[in-house]
Amino acid sequence: MIFTVSLYLSLTIFALGLLYKFWSWVSLKIGPEAEDAPVGLRASAAMGAFITSLFSVNLVAIVKALVLDVLLQINILKKDFLSWLMHMLIFHGFMLLLLMHAMDELVSEKIFDGYYSTLNPYFFLRNVFGAMVIIGVGIAIFRRLKLKPLNQVSGKRDVIAIVILAVIMGSGFLLDSAKIVSQNVFDQMVVDYAGFEDKEESIPLMHYWAKDFGVVFEDFDEFDPEMIEEGKEMHVDFACADCHSKPDSLFISWPLAKVMKPVANSLNKADAPNILYYIHIFACFLGLAYLPCSKFFHIIATPITLIIKRCAAPRPNPVLKANRRALEIDGCTHCGNCSVHCSVRPIFEVLGNSNILPSEKLAATGDYAKNKEKADYDAGMFSEGSFICTECNRCTDVCTAGLNLQDIWLAVKKDLVRNNDQAPFEKLKEKAAGAVTPKDAVLKPGKPGLEKHLMLSSQADTFSRCFECQTCTNVCPAVGLYDNPGEKLGLMPHQIMHSLALGLKDDATGAAMVWDCLTCYMCQEMCPQGVKVTDVLYELKNMANQKIEEPV
Amino acid sequence: MKFAFFPGCKIPYHMPQYGDGVKTILDRLDVGTIDIEFSCCGYSARSINFTAYMFSAAKNLALAEEQGLDILTPCKCCFGSLKHAIAMLEEKPELKDEINEMLSEDDLEYKGTTQVTHVLKVLHDVVGVDAIREKVTRQFDGVKIAAHYGCHALRPSNVTQFDDPVDPVIFEKLIEVTGASAVAWDKRLECCGSPMKDHNADVSDMIMDKKLKSAGAAGADYICTACTYCQMQFESTELGDNPAPILFSQVLGLSMGLEEKDLGLTLNRNDASSLMDCLQK
Repeated sequence: MIFTVSLYLSLTIFALGLLYKFWSWVSLKIGPEAEDAPVGLRASAAMGAFITSLFSVNLVAIVKALVLDVLLQINILKKDFLSWLMHMLIFHGFMLLLLMHAMDELVSEKIFDGYYSTLNPYFFLRNVFGAMVIIGVGIAIFRRLKLKPLNQVSGKRDVIAIVILAVIMGSGFLLDSAKIVSQNVFDQMVVDYAGFEDKEESIPLMHYWAKDFGVVFEDFDEFDPEMIEEGKEMHVDFACADCHSKPDSLFISWPLAKVMKPVANSLNKADAPNILYYIHIFACFLGLAYLPCSKFFHIIATPITLIIKRCAAPRPNPVLKANRRALEIDGCTHCGNCSVHCSVRPIFEVLGNSNILPSEKLAATGDYAKNKEKADYDAGMFSEGSFICTECNRCTDVCTAGLNLQDIWLAVKKDLVRNNDQAPFEKLKEKAAGAVTPKDAVLKPGKPGLEKHLMLSSQADTFSRCFECQTCTNVCPAVGLYDNPGEKLGLMPHQIMHSLALGLKDDATGAAMVWDCLTCYMCQEMCPQGVKVTDVLYELKNMANQKIEEPV
Repeated sequence: MKFAFFPGCKIPYHMPQYGDGVKTILDRLDVGTIDIEFSCCGYSARSINFTAYMFSAAKNLALAEEQGLDILTPCKCCFGSLKHAIAMLEEKPELKDEINEMLSEDDLEYKGTTQVTHVLKVLHDVVGVDAIREKVTRQFDGVKIAAHYGCHALRPSNVTQFDDPVDPVIFEKLIEVTGASAVAWDKRLECCGSPMKDHNADVSDMIMDKKLKSAGAAGADYICTACTYCQMQFESTELGDNPAPILFSQVLGLSMGLEEKDLGLTLNRNDASSLMDCLQK
């Protein structure tokens, strides 16, 4: 009863979660292509693409994706053997357990004549598959703890995923072993199947099962060879042998049962097999219900992204591009490979803004798409991460899930510009002009800064040789654009130098000239007195950031 | 002769033909290029966070130094950014110590032996114009090219040490090896406008427009770049009557007998395959 109710309850939650995800794939708005496409249009485009793919040459690509990318995971193998081994062990171990063991009534019993979960080879195979998952989980924990870049991107979702897997596997093995040693389980089986009139009749069987099957009985601990022989015959006569293989081939559950032996009676009294059974199935059901919201959802989404990667047209329908972006947020396995190789990773290490790293930025992209319309949503950190990206394409190149991350980043930048969620440079510019309050601060560094080395703008030495010849202003291409440059640029380069010499740093930094500087170094090169004009302007921009970092 | 090849972030996605072309040309001229997984040169953070800029730049220097290689980049912004970082580290020993402390977390160190150079410098100074001439198998005939130097290579000259900052010659010399004629034009040393592209598009476009018109007025058929950002900038506009931007790898490559597959002329936004018609028959 409890089993059925919780199974259907978790299946319902799973199905609702699935629907929610499907909905988000056709409703989440990322990029200009998504702006004008209503959900109905996006859903029909998705269905259309799906159906036409099935009846075209794409079918070959789909089969290839399913075999090479999903079953064999060659993308991961090409990047990192240990990661591939981990993923293969967990994926195949778990899938085999799911099909052979968890869904045995639907699968194993239909396919294998005489399947019984406690008969070999199935009894033994369950240990093998379970061991595969356990080893895989072990490698996963090792990698995420030991590899620094991976450790930096490992978060709650990764931990939860590993914990759920570990609980399912651990409780499964413990359950196996607890049942092996349990007198209660033995007694119940005898009542259910042997049909003895008197409990005394089962004593020889008990001796035999205590010796060869590891059951621990409260009443005796010495084996009588004659009893054992008699029990062995009963084992066959009463058809126990039809359903039970000796557990000594279970290379994990059997040794574990031996470890339990000294406390077997207490476990038995505490009803351990039952408790472990419920822990095991509830962990499974929890995993099932939580799956659409968990990192495991990539089991469903990533095969689709891998297929799309192989099938996508070079210039796809814009509506499909919008769908693909939304889907790819779920297709991410959070393996962290993109963030390990990210070109602007050193900048992340200084600023500490995780939105700089692709794996983290992708999750934030989903949040941004959902919340960007809300007035109180602060996109500051996301915007900073997005604009620091240099579009080097490396994340897309190394993505083992086949995600077109580059396309997402380019689309997101367009969204940010349209929503006026400013890039860091623009934010600093406004701050310098006095328009931004410190609470909008961005670019908070994760490490102590080296800005103390920027001393040009505050040293008399920098300007003492300036004799105000205005060469810097005369050669500046930005100044040269305007008839009345003062109106557009605030202060001319020579005026900025002069202001700084007078200690008027804030006035200087607020001038549009500083922020419209092309950094062409013409002024600095041409200065007859060797004033580092461009370097000073660079410095002022960096110092504006300093002021934001340390709000008064 | 071997260099660590520093493509810069824009080449892999936005301008692969430039990176591929440069590597093929260097290979033909017996200059080896080694690929290292570099980070951003720091340029993207240079205006907003000095520490991030320095750390990112220095990490690249340390990575190349670990392999005992100098860095060669085809991008002038990467070149300028890395050169500036080296100058800062040389000027301020304390800064270098602090950077090295940060690098030590990745088991890296920058001692100061690795230097940075640009592909034009290598072609001119290391390979030499005469050696290139020997590899030129078909000359251009009658095509006029405006050499666009690129600010971050030329200036500040005491840091970049690229060429004479007011009267540079190496780009023109390299263009003329191919038989093309290099035109003299007013704005050849000025900025392309790229650094303001994302921040003040009006300024950026006005600057670019002046340059293109100046090159056109001097009779140039093409404006030749040797920098990823400059090329992207000139590709960002409708050209009209202005000369089309072309990558130096495409000019030199064609004259050395390389083909479309090596040089990617059709990948330029303004399809540059017309340049092939300018080769001597």
